[in-house]
Amino acid sequence: MVKTPVYLDYSATTPVDPRVAEKMIPYLVEKFGNPASRSHPFGWAAEEAVEQAREQVAALVNADPKEIVWTSGATESNNLAIKGAAHFYSGKGKHLVTMLTEHKAVLDTMRHLESEGFEVTYLAPESNGLVNPETFKAALRPDTILASVMLVNNEIGVIQDIETLGDICRGKGVLFHVDAAQGTGKVAIDLRKLKVDLMSFSAHKTYGPKGIGALYVQRKPRVRLEAQMHGGGHERGMRSGTLATHQIVGMGEAFRIAREEMVTENARIRALRDRLYAGLSKIEEVHLNGDLESRVPHNLNMSFNFVEGESLIMAVRDLAVSSGSACTSASLEPSYVLRALGRSDELAHSSIRFTIGRFTTEDEVDFAIDLMTRNIGRLREMSPLWDMFKEGIDLSTVKWAAH
Amino acid sequence: MPLAYFDHNATTPLDERVVAAMLPYFREHYGNPSSRHEYGREARRAVDTAREQVAQAVGAHPSQVLFCSGGSEANNLAIKGGTAYLSPAQVVVSAIEHPCVAKPARELQERGWTCRTVAVSPHGEISTDDLKSALESPTGLVCAMLANNETGVVQDISGLSEIAQERGALLHTDAVQALGKIKIDFAALGVDSLSISAHKAYGPKGVGALVVGRRVDLKAQISGAGHEKGLRAGTENVPGIVGFGMACELAVRQLADYENRIGALRDEFERELSALGATIFGSSARRLANTSFFAFPRIEGETLVMALDNVGYAVASGAACSSGTASATLLAMGVDNQLGRGAVRVSLGRDTTGAQVGGLLRALQNEVARLRGLSAMKV
Repeated sequence: MVKTPVYLDYSATTPVDPRVAEKMIPYLVEKFGNPASRSHPFGWAAEEAVEQAREQVAALVNADPKEIVWTSGATESNNLAIKGAAHFYSGKGKHLVTMLTEHKAVLDTMRHLESEGFEVTYLAPESNGLVNPETFKAALRPDTILASVMLVNNEIGVIQDIETLGDICRGKGVLFHVDAAQGTGKVAIDLRKLKVDLMSFSAHKTYGPKGIGALYVQRKPRVRLEAQMHGGGHERGMRSGTLATHQIVGMGEAFRIAREEMVTENARIRALRDRLYAGLSKIEEVHLNGDLESRVPHNLNMSFNFVEGESLIMAVRDLAVSSGSACTSASLEPSYVLRALGRSDELAHSSIRFTIGRFTTEDEVDFAIDLMTRNIGRLREMSPLWDMFKEGIDLSTVKWAAH
Repeated sequence: MPLAYFDHNATTPLDERVVAAMLPYFREHYGNPSSRHEYGREARRAVDTAREQVAQAVGAHPSQVLFCSGGSEANNLAIKGGTAYLSPAQVVVSAIEHPCVAKPARELQERGWTCRTVAVSPHGEISTDDLKSALESPTGLVCAMLANNETGVVQDISGLSEIAQERGALLHTDAVQALGKIKIDFAALGVDSLSISAHKAYGPKGVGALVVGRRVDLKAQISGAGHEKGLRAGTENVPGIVGFGMACELAVRQLADYENRIGALRDEFERELSALGATIFGSSARRLANTSFFAFPRIEGETLVMALDNVGYAVASGAACSSGTASATLLAMGVDNQLGRGAVRVSLGRDTTGAQVGGLLRALQNEVARLRGLSAMKV
């Protein structure tokens, strides 16, 4: 028996791990001091907890704790990295490079910079979702100051070759920012090896609380940023504002668990995802979106042909899944990520993102397979397009009459 | 474990009802409010409810409440975002603003704005004459905090807003220290924007709000996926927002009791302090009921604070954010630098008892006497 709706939307957000919640609660209750209060044990205890968490975050990504700046989330980290670097280095040039498939937190920030007179090149991925390193290299100009490419895509889960892209950027003297919000705890990240200058982290995608994140700011060679929030000088002046001790403790613990359990957890999750994929692949006319190999084990994004998107979403109400990224699911636009892969509007509309996580069970996966199979069958029975397809009519040759 | 916490202006413990309200949103009701399924919808409802609670606490409409990560961000958003679509002009800041108002205001100079500081009286009240004189130059924005974090002095904001409006300037007020201590009525204050923070009012750290009126054309400072009507992107901190909402509701309920009971304790405390020879800053102005900012001649504030900590009393020497530096607020009030360096801030809370205040007084007497090299005075 499974509890419905079955949660298969871990890329939208994750429950806080019980161990994380347990660590946080003392800092919500007794140990409530302001970490900036220098004059009493309430403040000192809070500061100590903050610094320990900073070490835990740094340890997951093999960075120096001094390179970790606390923010209110990955959206803020992305803003701080991109705007902060663009403004600081605008004397060197005003061109930036990114991908069409980035999260809106990056794309909207890039658009904001465009309105300020910066120029941005948006690269398209190959049909598997990965950017071609040669294409990337060719886009970098003498006046390019920053490139931003996400480590793991939130919709299709593909993993970009950050190591190669980083080498290219370093060779051309371009700063490299990586949005790693979807990557922590899923992909090994070694910032001593990767030529990455700035990296954004989110807690709530890795079983930590919402409302807290971090930004890695490299010290060797040193990267400078123009602060976006001014005030009491917190975080060495890079980000002012009282530090939320309980949030930070939560993020630290979440990242500690991620470091210790990633390998075993990934194996278990990969098996579950592959089981789901095998089950859904038995349905006719389904397509996987994004590369299967260079992909996190948690993500399965599939399009179900000849099924209308909205009715599909309503039919699978007992599954908490996503069609398109959570943040933009309020609009009825087809996923811009899937469009960038070359998917037609129809296929993009009739796609579902399943993302598995730490608490997903085999029963839940089997429930999902069964529910999808039944509902796809039912919806196709009602679909005239499906009938035509079954009769062998090539739908691309049909002249549709307008009403 | 320390005996008593007297630094409520730095931060407050969470009310247990706030904690209880928040906890389910970490583990069970963990959905992303932007998700369309029930987990998401449930989270969205929680955010909407909290928005109503916050709006009610400050006399605003829910559509005027923008959630963000705290008071610092709200102030930055009001100042940078509130002026982004205005032609560069003058921004006027009182001399006693918190750094998270003063610094962004100064940053506007990078965009061609000029920044002018308005003086305060020796009692810590913003000078209306100086404000009027400052407003003789075309001014886009005036920043005047509702209650000062160090002295506790409360400004006549509605009076200042009349002056600002007359000259066509927007007025932003930092109300972070006022929430839960005095009544806040957004409409009655006549301001264009107002910032509040949860952790000064028995709510969690990491969440705050900017309350924005009709006249402000706000430009988002954190870009992204369109949250908060496109004005502040980022997945909502649902537990934090839920906690903030509950804290606001509780804050309003206890206001009358706060002003009476805490005010009485603070006033008694200060009577004894004066008898011991302390100077109390801003005492003849209207102040928050819980704040006492004072100095003993020839005794360093830092030293006295450390001494009090040694015997179990947590206090502060000036604002938490800038511990270790001289108080700009006191200098602006014309306080002598030597005396100003002796400043100690004691800020009471809802749970502060008469016995704790008595204990603090005795400790102060002893430490002051010790530091002066005198034998302990009879209590």
